[in-house]
Amino acid sequence: MASTAIPRLTSPLPIRGATHKIHVTINDVPFDFMVEDRTLLVHFLRDALGMTGTHIGCDTTHCGACTVLLDDVPVKSCTVLAVQADGRKVRTVEGLESGGKLHPVQEGFTTEHGLHCGYCTPGMMMTSVALLAKNPNPTEEEIRRAISGNLCRCTGYVNIVKAIQHAAKASGGGK
Amino acid sequence: MTEVIPPEFEYHAPGSVDEAIGLLQNSGEAKVLAGGQSLLPLMKLRLAAPKTLVDITRIPKLSYVNETTDCLCLGATTKINDLNDSALIRNRYPLLADAAQHIADPLVRNMGTVGGNVCHGDPGNDLPACMLAYGASYVVRGPKGNRTIPAQGFYQDTFVTSLDPSEILVEVQVPKAQPGDGGAYLKMERKVSDFAIAAVAVQLRTDSRGTVNQAGIALTNVGPTVLLASQAAGQLTTKKPTNADILAAGKLAAEAAQPNSDLRGPAEFKRGVVQTLTQRAVKLALWRAGGMS
Repeated sequence: MASTAIPRLTSPLPIRGATHKIHVTINDVPFDFMVEDRTLLVHFLRDALGMTGTHIGCDTTHCGACTVLLDDVPVKSCTVLAVQADGRKVRTVEGLESGGKLHPVQEGFTTEHGLHCGYCTPGMMMTSVALLAKNPNPTEEEIRRAISGNLCRCTGYVNIVKAIQHAAKASGGGK
Repeated sequence: MTEVIPPEFEYHAPGSVDEAIGLLQNSGEAKVLAGGQSLLPLMKLRLAAPKTLVDITRIPKLSYVNETTDCLCLGATTKINDLNDSALIRNRYPLLADAAQHIADPLVRNMGTVGGNVCHGDPGNDLPACMLAYGASYVVRGPKGNRTIPAQGFYQDTFVTSLDPSEILVEVQVPKAQPGDGGAYLKMERKVSDFAIAAVAVQLRTDSRGTVNQAGIALTNVGPTVLLASQAAGQLTTKKPTNADILAAGKLAAEAAQPNSDLRGPAEFKRGVVQTLTQRAVKLALWRAGGMS
């Protein structure tokens, strides 16, 4: 997927306004792209790169389905401009699995049934990855606080908390 | 699927405050982009349509939490979660620590900034009430240099502040914490990430006998701007407040509130929330004032 050329953003809307060239490292792969200034990071990922693992839920900064890691920090990519990611690292759900092996957080969500419909899951997992990187041994309360910006309308969060605890144990932490 | 995209604008990421000021002066309808967590949603809904965005987050040395001999200094682009990660804030500025934990949600706090929160002018922003209660000041820079604006008087109307369009807030200065200081921020919200139904900031300065020498009380989201409840604060000063004083302060704060009935509840309910939160916040602030060495 890496490209040395600078393709135009294949946006559902034609580019009308000002553009910027950005250099972004996504899941360890560097990209150079020309984007319209108003392009949101989530649309850049989904429409320009075809990386549809990152979901758009509410589009109003509430639900967290679009959560990605920007320089290892979880943010809502529907409320970040693609140009704001210039020169930075982005990690998406596609970057969790490596060499055919699921990330411990993905294992946790699978084993503990941390999802029903799956819509919130990519964002929920990215927030979980960031939490465990900062706090490998979170209490249940710390987990619930950390995921309070990610809405799930199916599970009641019980199995999501279990999934994150599972991942913490698998990674060597876990209370 | 219809996608929600901001209207067209030109993005600039200047490397210095002076360069940013030049961009604000020379572009019509320019807005400063700090964290963007309020501005970008407004643009997506077409409630704002600036022609130019000046991203100040790439300006070096504008993000810091420092205590000097006379103040706690917060750089404009300090992230809200930087406050939550700061032991200095947790240990010495409990009012700020309370508020920073309850702004929006953890993901928004990773992008949202101190400068953006205090300059946006939404009565639902949480930091302005803290700054009024502390008696904080804002250092702003414009084409003619720096000036310092007290937080009190900064908020003129909803989304209207005394910041000129070509000025940028560079630093928030909070009076340095002293032994005997105590503060608290209590917020009632329908759910995580919503604005407050009502919230109350209380900051007290007491002496060794427990006499309150200075008090600041301010109210979030119960008026066109953040509101200072001076009479409620006056009820607590020059004495060791009794339970009757605390009850009276709560009533005076409720009278100072100017809530509207809306989806967060009827006006009278919100006044009741202000009254109760004020009483609880004063008690918590007094308890904390006694505990600081």
